[in-house]
Amino acid sequence: MSKPDIIHPRWLRLSHWANALAVIVLVTSGWRIYDASPFFDFHIPTGITLGGWLAGALQWHFAAMWLLVVNGLIYLGINVFSGRLKRQFFPLTARQLLADFAAALKGKLAHADPRHYNAVQRFAYLFVMCDIALVVMSGLVLWKSVQFPLLRELLGGYESARRVHFFCMATLVGFFIVHIVMVALVPRTLLAMVRGR
Amino acid sequence: MIKKKIAYSKESELMLADAIRRIAQPARRSFLQRTVTLGGLALLTGCSIDDQQSVETALGKVSSWNDRIQGLLFDPNKLAPTYPESMITRPFPFNAFYGEDEAPEVDGDQWRLELSGLIADKTPWSLRQLRAMPQTDQVTRHICVEGWSAIGKWGGVPFATFLKRIGADLSAKYVGFKCADDYYTSIDMATALHPQTLMTLTYDGKTLPRSYGYPMKLRMPTKLGYKNPKHIHAIFVTNTYPGGYWEDQGYNWFGGS
Repeated sequence: MSKPDIIHPRWLRLSHWANALAVIVLVTSGWRIYDASPFFDFHIPTGITLGGWLAGALQWHFAAMWLLVVNGLIYLGINVFSGRLKRQFFPLTARQLLADFAAALKGKLAHADPRHYNAVQRFAYLFVMCDIALVVMSGLVLWKSVQFPLLRELLGGYESARRVHFFCMATLVGFFIVHIVMVALVPRTLLAMVRGR
Repeated sequence: MIKKKIAYSKESELMLADAIRRIAQPARRSFLQRTVTLGGLALLTGCSIDDQQSVETALGKVSSWNDRIQGLLFDPNKLAPTYPESMITRPFPFNAFYGEDEAPEVDGDQWRLELSGLIADKTPWSLRQLRAMPQTDQVTRHICVEGWSAIGKWGGVPFATFLKRIGADLSAKYVGFKCADDYYTSIDMATALHPQTLMTLTYDGKTLPRSYGYPMKLRMPTKLGYKNPKHIHAIFVTNTYPGGYWEDQGYNWFGGS
């Protein structure tokens, strides 16, 4: 792709940070939208939400969704057509995943070559891709429930899609936290995602 | 302006609370200032947001762009799902920018529906005349911009039938509504002509009650709640963007699915 010491190509870094921005805006504005009519016995503290009031939050949400979707499609497109997806994420076996997970818990997971993902990374990144795909699909049902009847019925109707959207968000936030912890444990991964090496 | 009143349900209490919060905010201009996380966001992006007006303008432009996209996505033949009467939400929640006891009291006998704009026959309509038109009903889901939804049964005159009857210019862009509670809103012509868009005169088989918009509301299962005006006393057809009560404050104009 480029010089051999490059861990992450430029397009991937750009896409990663665009995605990070979109996710942060969408999650924090989404919390504000959730607060307008919470379906659990809690609300999100206003101070960590974006938008100031419901209309402001909705404006942020429906602007950042384009960034998430367009950037996500570019990311997936380049990954699939360049062969990177197959190269970086597969094969992924349950045995290797369990072995790497056990090694990670013991703090012995080898990072011999940062250009290659271990099985836990492969699983985690594929998982978050699927999670974002589902959050987009459930979001489409909430936004356009009449225009996407098949998707709506697959997700169990409008009210069910609201919950799916919420749980996808919660899962994404969970990934985000683990992701940040891992970066804190191995700070050079942050450098690699900023400058490529 | 707002009084806390016995609400139908927990949901409507929440709605009312949210409405009070909104109205308690004196200037929506400051809505971005209140946001703690915006500072963090600015650090993250490296953008200066000293000029909050420009952020708001940019978001407003995206919202207008979203209106156009939604107009393109809107399929005039796709119908909102309908439900059996057993699934009707009882009691159906009340929601407005005021308390339920402050809903306007309209004298149905004196009431006249005023028509203006790109309409051939602008003769006002009485309630009796509307009731004499062919009626239909639907059990559909009402979705609020706040996220909650409720299923109700509305009956009345298909709006497309009425618009054709009065000789409205069906190629015009907008249909606007003025209401007895000083609410106002407007919709796109494609939605106005949608087969499920109903000039509603009844709720659950009975005369539309005061709290749900007596004597007439426009019911569109393809639009969010705030796009469904109650207590309508004037309808106009125009090519000039008319805006709306919530829309002018930042809520998306298309506001529907």
